[in-house]
Formats: sequence, structure tokens, C-alpha cells
Amino acid sequence: MVESLSDFVYKTLTTLRINFMISRMKGHKTLDLTEAAMDLEGYFLAVDKPSAFALLDRLTDTSTGTEIVDDVIMPALESIGDRWEKGQVSLSQVYMSGKIAEAMVDKVILSTGHQADSGGSVAVAVLEDHHNLGKRILASVLSTSGMQVMDYGHALSVDELVSMVERDGVDYLMISTLMLPAALRVKDAMIQIKERSPHTKVIVGGAPYIFDPALGEEVGAHAVGRTATESLNILKRMMREGA
Amino acid sequence: MDTMTSMDRVMASLSHKEPDRVPVFLLLTMHGAKELGMSIKDYFSDAKNVIEGQKIIHAKYRNDCLNPFFYAATEIQAWGGDAIFIDDGPPNAGAPIIRTTEDIDDIQPPDMDHPILRMGLEAIEGLVDHADGQIPVIGTVLSPFSVPVMQMGFEGYLNLMYEDQDSFWRLMRKNEEFCVKWGNEQAKAGVTAVAYFDPLASSSMTTPDQYRLTGMKVAERVISRMDAPTATHLASGRALPIIEDIVSTGTGALGVCTLEDLAELKRVCKGRLSLLGNLNGIEMRRWTAQQAEEKVKDCIMKAGPGGGFILSDNHGEIPFQVSDEVLLAIRDAVDKWGEYPLDWIV
Ligand code: B12
Repeated sequence: MVESLSDFVYKTLTTLRINFMISRMKGHKTLDLTEAAMDLEGYFLAVDKPSAFALLDRLTDTSTGTEIVDDVIMPALESIGDRWEKGQVSLSQVYMSGKIAEAMVDKVILSTGHQADSGGSVAVAVLEDHHNLGKRILASVLSTSGMQVMDYGHALSVDELVSMVERDGVDYLMISTLMLPAALRVKDAMIQIKERSPHTKVIVGGAPYIFDPALGEEVGAHAVGRTATESLNILKRMMREGA
Repeated sequence: MDTMTSMDRVMASLSHKEPDRVPVFLLLTMHGAKELGMSIKDYFSDAKNVIEGQKIIHAKYRNDCLNPFFYAATEIQAWGGDAIFIDDGPPNAGAPIIRTTEDIDDIQPPDMDHPILRMGLEAIEGLVDHADGQIPVIGTVLSPFSVPVMQMGFEGYLNLMYEDQDSFWRLMRKNEEFCVKWGNEQAKAGVTAVAYFDPLASSSMTTPDQYRLTGMKVAERVISRMDAPTATHLASGRALPIIEDIVSTGTGALGVCTLEDLAELKRVCKGRLSLLGNLNGIEMRRWTAQQAEEKVKDCIMKAGPGGGFILSDNHGEIPFQVSDEVLLAIRDAVDKWGEYPLDWIV
């Protein structure tokens, strides 16, 4: 019998609660933040903005901006990204979570003056067409984490994209594609980027790369991200390696 | 050895019986342009090309259906928007035609005399004529619940769904009106069944709860008013969490995808919902003939027994980049492994 979604959610939450209780018994300071991240994930999935903001109000009394973003908001988003990939939550929840998270971070910045450090310049772009949502979700995850992101827009030709990358000396370029021809066009972009902006690292993502996991390598991208939140880990790894 | 017509084979399978062999729908659209040596844009500018292209494809691949589908954005063109063509893939819808909620009140469902719809109907009539009752001709509509992604952009549509239920339902009513008319016009032109493309129903896109309150209600209303049987296609979105709901919309078949296990889908749907799938169209362009055979064999093993299965790709359209060799290898493998009874399955 297929596990129903509610069974799954229940089991996951139970496991998380048990883990949480164990760590509470060990008495770590980060405990409340772990619990808060779990609560927030629930609010995100239910698209319950008022509860998310009420939680934020409670957190701002006791935690720093960095703690709120890195230990509460980002883990909640990451967990939702992972669960989308496994088919346990839907894209509408991924999108709405990103949107609420962005609004929360705006408030965090206002009330705590939180500023994340940036490890290089990051740009996001959609090649060829108008399929914007992947890039939109990506941009909201990256900016929520505190990165400064340049949005290159959509419907870009390979030439336009490469010229922008070269002009800005972009360190990390994220390309989102939805249609297969656009995903294949990344190959041309990679050839030109390697010539005209050799230091730029390119991360690709979008449906064609999910359905064909070998596609990223075929087009010569430096990395493939299956979810927007995964891109963040890839970026962090690249930044560490590059440093 | 085939002993039945494509029509009898498909009908038997859809009735959850085992025909002479597993039916196969190679859902090719743009390959017709390749066959006629035309650009994709020129090919789709005249119904005669699509009729000719589909006839060639049918003969070449011994396909069990004829597929008069042009591309999804034809519906948007009918609503007053544009389609943007490229040389090596399907066209996409241009800029959104709905930008504000006022636009939802202003837009009017297209008239069935719109030239782009007439062209679609002409292609159907030509192919129905050619089929002479022996080959299923498949019509296509986009579901009222999924088409807004093209009408207003995905982000705009998600915001509408969450933030403005009144406008959402006003849009659904207009889209339903069009969808039923358009599907029934195709039924009148003679299609055997209508594919109801509804990827937003997929739990990859909306939550099962959300679907039950919205897209499922829409589907129930639309499907009950259709004059032809329907097959729901999630365009390669996940289906397992909403199988019961899809069954209850009254649809007869479901297009399923490689993100889920076909054997599991078969187990859950057996005797209630025929399955259409689930070769990975995107990966297909890199397959060897041998891989194609293995994939076909695997699908037949998982979903073939008992009928209720049509071998197809997992999106409802095979990409332009997939070679003739691979398509022929898929088709040959159906002859080799698809003959009933499937004694080789232990
Ligand atoms: C819903 C859907 C539809 C709907 C809405 C489409 C739309 N967005 O405009 C409808 C029914 C209208 C439709 C129509 C078509 N579709 Co469609 N559709 C889908 C479906 C199910 C989801 C697409 C979607 O918008 N997802 C939302 C985005 C945000 O998801 P995503 O790209 O996966 O992004 C996520 C991750 O990948 C990641 N991500 C995205 N970008 C990046 C970038 C980086 C750097 C990183 C790290 C991560 C990342 O983050 C996101 C959130 O987690 C997919 C199949 C699928 N399961 O994905 C097919 C799919 C996109 N469709 C496809 C096609 C071909 C079409 C049509 C062209 C068919 C036709 N011949 O007309 C039309 C085009 C429509 C148009 N716009 O003009 C193909 C495209 C590939 C191909 N074969 O070329 C797909 C992939 C199906 C398939 N398996 O082949 N479709």
C-alpha cells in the first residue's frame, strides 16, 4: 500500500520530534532554533504566513539575525527542497515557502541589521524562453540565505548571456532551463564562457536535468542542482574550494 | 504477429483485457516536419502538413494511433496570445495574456471559428478520414486548471490560487466553458478519445488537498460534459498520491512518469485506470537500440499483464531530438516483447 502523504508527514514529524527531545536532553543552546526550524517548516508547508511571522517575532527577542536565517529559515527551506525532490511536497509549497521566507528575511534585516557575507558574485538567468519560475525560486532561496544575486532575466540568447557574464566578471552563474532545446543550448554557452570568462563556474538546473541526470555533464556544466536549495550547498562548496 | 486492428487492440486494452499485443502510442508531433523536410514553424502553419506528417509517422513506426496535436500554445493563440517558435523544439506561449485580475473579467473564451482551432479540427478530420475507424485518433485539450500557467505565467497563477480565490474561480469558469466546447468540437470531428492534459493536478505541482478543492472539481465537471472518453495526462508529473481522486474524475486512462515506479502504479490502478507510459522522453535521445529494447521490456513486464496498458513516453510528446533509430528500436521491441500472452514474464 502506498504511504499516504499525511502518514508520511506524521511519521517524519514524529522522528524529528524524537531527535529533538534527545538533543534537548543533552542540553544544547541551539535546541530552540532546531525546534523553531521544524515549526517553521510546518507553517511554510501550510502556507501559514501569520504563524511564520509570529514565530519570527518570538525569535528576534532571543536570537541574532544570522541565527534566525542560518539556523531556522534556511534549514526549513532546505528540508522542503529535499522533500520536493523525493515527491513528498509540491512545487506550490516550494514557491510559497520561498516567498514567505524572503519577506521574513526583509524583516530580519530591518530589525537586526543582519548582513551575510558574500563569497563572490552570483548571477541567475533563464536561457531562451519565458519559463521564469525556476529562476524565481532560485533567486528567493539565494537572497534569503543572504547572497547578493544579479538577476539577468529570461529569454536570453547564448550571446547575450555570455556577454553579461564577461562584462560583470561573474564568479558563479546559475542557469535555469525548462525546455530540452534550451538545456542543450547550455553546451554552446559553456564553450563561450570557458573562453571569455574562464574563472566563472556554471551551475545548471531545471526539469530536463532532473529527467536526464547525465545531461549536465554532457553540456559541460560545472555542477547540476536538482533543487534550488541544493544550489546553495553547491555554491558553498565551490566557494570553499575556490578560496 | 498482429491479428487485430489498432482500434480493436487499443479498445481491448482500455477495457483491461489482453489484446494480441501491447498497444504502442509513439506520440510524435515535430517529427512530421522532419519527414516533410520543413521547419517546425512552416509545418504547423497548415493542417495538410500535419495530416501528411502523421500518415508518414504512422506507417513508418506502425503506430497504434494518429496524433493530430500541434502544440500546447495553440490554445493561447486562440485566446489572443502568441506562440514563439524555435528551430529545434516545440513553440512556447509568448507573454501572458492575463496580467491583472481585471483581465480575467475582460477575456472572452475563444470562438470555435478561430483560425487556429479550425486548423486543428481540419487536421483531425483528415486523420479521422484516413483512419477509417481502424486507428484511434487522439484529440487533446489543456485542462482549465493547467492552462493558466500559459495564460498568466506560473508565478502569477500560483499567487492567484493562494491569494484570490474569487478571481481563480472566475477564471476556471471561463476556461471550463472553452475546454468543454473545444473537446466536444474535436469529438464531433471524430476523435476516438480526448487527452486531458492536467500537469497542475500532479502532486509534483500542487498538494493533493489543494487539488481536491480545485483542479479535481474542475476535472469532474469538464470530463462529465465531454462527448468522448478522456485520458488524463500529467505531462510527467507524479500521480501516486492522487490516484483515487483521478479515478473519481471519471477519466479512463492516465499518463504516468518515470519519477514513479510503474509496477506500483499498475498495482494501484489495475482494472480501474489504464496506464499510458512511461518511457523517459528526455533520456531517450541518448539511448542505444539495446537500451531502448531494455526499457520497453521493463515497462511491459511491469504494466503489461492483464491489459490496461499502452506503451508510450512519459510526457505525451517525444522530443524532436530523438532519432528514428531509437524510435524504430522501441517499436521493434514492442513486437518482440509485447505479444500476449506475456509468457516470458515469470
Ligand atoms: C506543468 C507543465 C506544463 C504546463 C505549464 C508549463 C509552463 N511552465 O509553462 C503546461 C500544460 C502548459 C505545459 C505545456 C508544455 N510543456 Co510542459 N511540463 C510541465 C511540468 C509537469 C512542470 C513544468 C514546470 O513549470 N515546473 C516548474 C519549474 C519551476 O520546475 P523545475 O524547472 O523543475 O524547477 C525546479 C528545480 O528543477 C529547480 N531548478 C530550476 N531551475 C534551476 C536552476 C538551477 C541552477 C538550480 C540549481 C535548480 C533549478 O528549482 C525548481 C524548484 O525546485 C514538466 C514536467 C516536470 N515534471 O517537470 C513538463 C515539461 C516542462 N513540459 C515540457 C514541454 C515540452 C511542454 C510543451 C512545449 C509541450 C508542447 N509541445 O506544447 C508545452 C509548452 C508550454 C508553454 N509554456 O508554452 C517538457 C520540456 C522538456 C522537453 N521535452 O523539451 C517537460 C519537462 C516534460 C517532459 N518530461 O518532457 N507543461
